Amino acid sequence: MAPGAVLPRLLGAGEGPGVARAAGAPPGRGGGRGRALSPRDAGPACSPPLRPDLSARILSEPLKHADFFNVKELFSVRSLFNARVHLGHKAGCRHRFMEPYIFGSRLGQDIIDLEQTATHLQLALNFTAHVAFRGGIILFVSRARQFSHLIESTAWSCGEYAHTRYFKGGLLTNAPLLLGPRVRLPDLVIFLHTLNNVFEPHVAVRDAAKMNIPTVGIVDTNCNPCLITYPVPGNDDSPPAVQLFCQLFHTVVTRAKEKRRQLEALHRLQGAPGPHPADPTAPGAPSPGAQAGLGVDHSP
Amino acid sequence: MAAPCVSCGAAASYRLFLAGRVSFAREQGLWKAAAAGLQTGTSCQILRLKHSPAVTTKKNVAALRRESYTVDFIKKQIEEFNIGKRHLANMMGEDPETFTQEDIDRAITYLFPSGLFEKRARPIMKHPEEIFPKQRAIQWGEDGRPFHFLFYTGKQSYYSLMHEAYGKVLHVEERQDQLRAKGLFSEKPKTKDPIGSRWLIKEELEEMLVEKLSDQDYAQFIRLLERLSALPCDAAEEEFVGRFRRTVTVQSKKHLIEPLQYDEQGMAFSTGQGKRKTANAEAVVYGHGSGKIEINGVDYLLYFPVTQDREQLMFPFHFLDRLGKHDVTCTVSGGGRSSQAGAIRLAVARALCSFITEDEVEWMRQAGLLTTDPRVRERKKPGQEGARRKFTWKKR
Repeated sequence: MAPGAVLPRLLGAGEGPGVARAAGAPPGRGGGRGRALSPRDAGPACSPPLRPDLSARILSEPLKHADFFNVKELFSVRSLFNARVHLGHKAGCRHRFMEPYIFGSRLGQDIIDLEQTATHLQLALNFTAHVAFRGGIILFVSRARQFSHLIESTAWSCGEYAHTRYFKGGLLTNAPLLLGPRVRLPDLVIFLHTLNNVFEPHVAVRDAAKMNIPTVGIVDTNCNPCLITYPVPGNDDSPPAVQLFCQLFHTVVTRAKEKRRQLEALHRLQGAPGPHPADPTAPGAPSPGAQAGLGVDHSP
Repeated sequence: MAAPCVSCGAAASYRLFLAGRVSFAREQGLWKAAAAGLQTGTSCQILRLKHSPAVTTKKNVAALRRESYTVDFIKKQIEEFNIGKRHLANMMGEDPETFTQEDIDRAITYLFPSGLFEKRARPIMKHPEEIFPKQRAIQWGEDGRPFHFLFYTGKQSYYSLMHEAYGKVLHVEERQDQLRAKGLFSEKPKTKDPIGSRWLIKEELEEMLVEKLSDQDYAQFIRLLERLSALPCDAAEEEFVGRFRRTVTVQSKKHLIEPLQYDEQGMAFSTGQGKRKTANAEAVVYGHGSGKIEINGVDYLLYFPVTQDREQLMFPFHFLDRLGKHDVTCTVSGGGRSSQAGAIRLAVARALCSFITEDEVEWMRQAGLLTTDPRVRERKKPGQEGARRKFTWKKR
């Protein structure tokens, strides 16, 4: 499968809003906030902010590599198949714009092309990791009651936010009125179910596009992938599939935050600009990922 | 990107507004001057427009504005309250350490006697937590990240409560499944306290969460709690459910039953009082007798010629199957024939409470024998012929 031919509009578009958004948000993170029922995996609290040149270097480092966080190793086409991600709806429910992503139809049930899914998923996870690395707010959105508890628990355990309840009208577009005067909007919205309970596109898809917030979405064969920045064609109705996606997003976000903590600690120890910021000698688990990301993966 | 734009937009629009006002005033002044010049012919005189920027357009009254108190302000108020409490204790000559809220209330009523009828308008000195309404502190940190993971839903406390309760339901069901797999599961019937506690009402829940709720939200929550309490829970879950139950005082337990009294011959008797409209009755019921009733020294057959009134007297005894077993001596005054009968009936029922068991008292209460009839004569209103009857309506 030639990935270049399939991807419609992704490679240039993805980085821009993320970078602009992260630059707009204050880079340093202050500590000492009292937290009750807060997301468990908090950022580097109670540490003085880094010098601007060091933080600029930390932020620019992952952008030089195609797969800095090595998200490819987290899944494979076989693991997607085992989680039943390839199963779509019946051919009558098919959405016109999902036809490019469908491999074929078996006994009236659409089968999603897992090679394309793998490519899209890798891009989506990579983007999520970058957003989490830069301290962005990630909002998990879904309207399926069956998985509401799972998604909220996933969001809580990786230190991000979830919204699996009734979506009030102007939540994103009229946020200063509904949420507070100087509220910060999410930097990425991840849809685990793009449709709401009446099989219509979720309002947040359109609203996030209006507010220039990039979106990642699991699109099934009856969904509209148009307004989603990083669509991932896949099954959103089977429990194993949704569990797999939740686990992937959780791993990716925690990995990115951990990497950020490590890099900041490294720079603090080194003080003055060190020889090579992403050292192979850096401690911690994702170091093989960093190594692999550095030397090998400069894919065109 | 909405957040920075809003603040600078607001500032920019404010500056524009001011500039607009000044230029508008100047324009008006010039226009008026020009008009005056045209009319009177003296173009040098510039009429100054008396520009009074009064706040009459918007209702900026303090009572309608939403007062939001900062955390520092509340803290200062609490410190002042504590210091004032100690001063008050010294003033009253009591120990500042053991000065309770009741002592404060007594001291204030002593030092500031008020003749106002409205209790809420009288001077009070209470802890600031009770006076200032509970508010939400700012929900996010310096970097803008909200503290609560469900912040973007709008109703974070309510949804996190639902999440927690549903998590407990899942946990209990999982435990049941494990027991069933091992074969140790036993169908234990749930024994719950039927009367004596109730679910908390919507207003109490709103107060607990400091959030507005809709009726459907509240109903969903209660349904989830009912589902959780129906499952076999252990101590932690029981405690969680117990947080949302309130005790209810059972009505019949309030009723004080007088003990039996004994006269010189050793006969047990009991007294009771009753009222109906303007009739007052006092009855003495003797433990052993033949069903004789004496009213104001006259036998009941002579005092109440009408059967209906005598049936009213019989009713308490008939209800308890003690028709010929008690003697009654009573006095009654005021009212008419029917209301005197009703008053005696109430007095007799109250007196009988001393002779019977608690269950029978509860049955009497439910039958309405122990309740004073609140109906009194309604006054006549001017412009009408009676209390309700209007004058005859004439078309012309």
